Amino acid sequence: MSTKHVWLKALARPTPAIGALLVGGWLVIALLSHALAPYDPFHSMVPLMTPGAHGPDGSVFWLGTDSLGRDVLSRLIYGARTVVVVATVATLTAYAVGISTGLLAGYFRGRVDIALSFFANVILSFPVLVLYIVIIVALGASAANVVLAVTFGSAPAIFRIVRAITIELRSRDFIAAAITQGESTWRILLVEILPNSSGPLIVDFCLRLGYSAITMGVLGFLGLGLPPPTPDWGGMVNEGRTLAFAFPHLVLFPCLAISSLVLGLSLLADGLRRPASRLGKAG
Amino acid sequence: MRLARSIAVQADDETVPILAVERLSIALPKGADRAFAVEDASLELRRGEILCVVGESGSGKSALSGAIMGAPASGLKVVGGSVRLKGQELTKLSERAWCRIRGNRIAMIFQEPMASLNPAVPVGLQIMEVFELHAKLSVAERRERALALIRSMQLPDPERIAASFPHQLSGGQCQRVIIAMALAMNPEVLIADEPTTALDVTTQAQVLKLIRELRTLHGHTILFITHDFGVVAEIADRIAVMRHGRIIEMGEARQVLTQPQHPYTRELLAAVPSLVPPTDQGEVMAPAAKPVLAVTGLAKSYGRVHAVNEISFDLERGTTLSIVGESGCGKSSLARILVRLTAPTAGRVDVNGKCFLTLTGGELRSSCRAVQMIFQDPFGSLNPLRTAGAVIARAAVLAGADVRTARERAGELFDRVGLPREGLQRRPAAFSGGQKQRIGIARALAMNPDVLIADESLSALDASSQAQILALLRKLQNELGLAILLITHDLRVAAQISHRIAVMQAGRIVEIGPAGRVINSPEHPYTRELLESAPGRGLV
Repeated sequence: MSTKHVWLKALARPTPAIGALLVGGWLVIALLSHALAPYDPFHSMVPLMTPGAHGPDGSVFWLGTDSLGRDVLSRLIYGARTVVVVATVATLTAYAVGISTGLLAGYFRGRVDIALSFFANVILSFPVLVLYIVIIVALGASAANVVLAVTFGSAPAIFRIVRAITIELRSRDFIAAAITQGESTWRILLVEILPNSSGPLIVDFCLRLGYSAITMGVLGFLGLGLPPPTPDWGGMVNEGRTLAFAFPHLVLFPCLAISSLVLGLSLLADGLRRPASRLGKAG
Repeated sequence: MRLARSIAVQADDETVPILAVERLSIALPKGADRAFAVEDASLELRRGEILCVVGESGSGKSALSGAIMGAPASGLKVVGGSVRLKGQELTKLSERAWCRIRGNRIAMIFQEPMASLNPAVPVGLQIMEVFELHAKLSVAERRERALALIRSMQLPDPERIAASFPHQLSGGQCQRVIIAMALAMNPEVLIADEPTTALDVTTQAQVLKLIRELRTLHGHTILFITHDFGVVAEIADRIAVMRHGRIIEMGEARQVLTQPQHPYTRELLAAVPSLVPPTDQGEVMAPAAKPVLAVTGLAKSYGRVHAVNEISFDLERGTTLSIVGESGCGKSSLARILVRLTAPTAGRVDVNGKCFLTLTGGELRSSCRAVQMIFQDPFGSLNPLRTAGAVIARAAVLAGADVRTARERAGELFDRVGLPREGLQRRPAAFSGGQKQRIGIARALAMNPDVLIADESLSALDASSQAQILALLRKLQNELGLAILLITHDLRVAAQISHRIAVMQAGRIVEIGPAGRVINSPEHPYTRELLESAPGRGLV
């Protein structure tokens, strides 16, 4: 059975299909936000308005406008681009760090492992939120520092997964065969071990992308996210927080956006679990 | 209760079989390589007999035993036929009714003794648990019974054994505890699924003897499942041979072993390696040539444990030396040292006259290339994600070929080890165990080695693929003049291919000499014990 076929079949079941639909939807919105957004997300046009209200020139604001008179729908759509780009970059960075350290620790064991594992445990034992606040407060609010904060928070967990898989694979005979044939350590790590650990990593990547999106929401809500006026879902919740009782739309729609994206990623991860676990076993 | 049962036994008509399987069919899930795991199988188990079901892996023998126990493996479904225990139909029983039968009237012994015991509970308590489930006894009575059972398993110091956790016992002791648990309720049928396969030869011989004695003493009825005709010859009263889910031959043991009717049975019997070395093997040629591999005073210790102790031997071009020993004797540590996966604590290894433990740079690379290994586990020794062609071509590249020649070389090597070239594009999952070992051999050959080390490379294979791989190794040796170091627990395999045999015990070589001499007139008592333990000595 071809590999592609297995993945497609997994996505054909209802739960992962919903997940793929949600994630795919947000991806398209992120990619085409300039074309899809009805207005400029930075431009103050009218005073605060409720969903469905008409502007003085007859234009419709389907999700209302915020306290600065900017269109909520347009900000949501551009916010999708922000979250997709920043969360993906942050997760990929965390993966790069987690995979490289995990491979080294699991393969060489000994002192390298002790040092790296100690470092990972120190970070993991630190309350994540405090860690984020410390990083952002110390370095300032910017996309790069959000990426840094997420990397710090996620890389140790990825490190642990990769380390455990590497230790297991290291004892397999095909690694011994590669060593006895004089294969270089780099190739053993990248060609023999890494592809064989991709199953669990693919699932974890989907989940972790969701966590990164949540983290961005939290940071934005605390005012530690991307600096205004960047359209950012967490930041939108934060700005609308004081008016939430009178104008729930300010908080409700960005919250729905975050939940639907994270839910989609979780469902997708769930659906990929089965084909991913077969990766490298039955092929 | 025992009394009641013995009365029932007398009342039984002796001609009624205890267990009757009739036209049983078990379906495999859709997309499997055949429709039925077991197809139209019928057999009868008579009181007090040992019926051996023999077959190679995938023949459906375990599916059959699973169905008899009412616990078919996942995905399998009984679709036809019947299983009757003393006339009672079993295939349609509810799970509740099964719980009164399993462990009580039908009991099972599994292949992996360690895996069938709970690691966190002392074994004595685990035996007592069986009584708790199936009999009304006080704690003191249960304890008494458990100790009596352990004693009847010929285990020393029952009190100590009962208080031990599984990891504190040896494999053979664990298997005896399992047998004790299975026999606790004096079941009418005992199913033993490859019960000695995971054990050492000498332990296997003891456990087989125990099973035979228990049968004689208590008249147990046993369905014994195995792939090993040697074991069959030791223990069977009657034999059923299975292939592709069908029983193709059934009869009295002596008759099936000496006058097999079905060609496949003959093939299986012929594949059992004989203890008699083939005559054309010849003795070792004059040691005029310098040995390709010379090992002197090699030692490896882990703390106080001496895994390898003062090992010395020479290996000449075109000859085979077998290192025979049981698990834990240090033979695999030795192999790992020779391919530089582990560093020795003392001694030297000379490859083509150069001590490869002190070499560096290019000389080291070429001397590493000269010694290549074929691994034990065909499943673990190939990267599951890489195609066979890519694996072999990569080895050729490492040996110095450019990418295009390497690809051609992979094709040639595939021919050489007897695999079809279409397989180059396939991943390991598409190959059988024997074919995977062929890929492993091709990978080793791609390095143009002088010495091939085969570390238990045949032990995971069925007898027929074992015979084929042995023939392949012999052919390659003749064609390429390879020196082969065969590491094995099986004297029969060693006898088939070796010019010389070295017997290893507790890290030392206790006896080394020409194969014929070691087999026919062993000098060391341990060699004699190994020879006597080899199952199926009557079978040649």
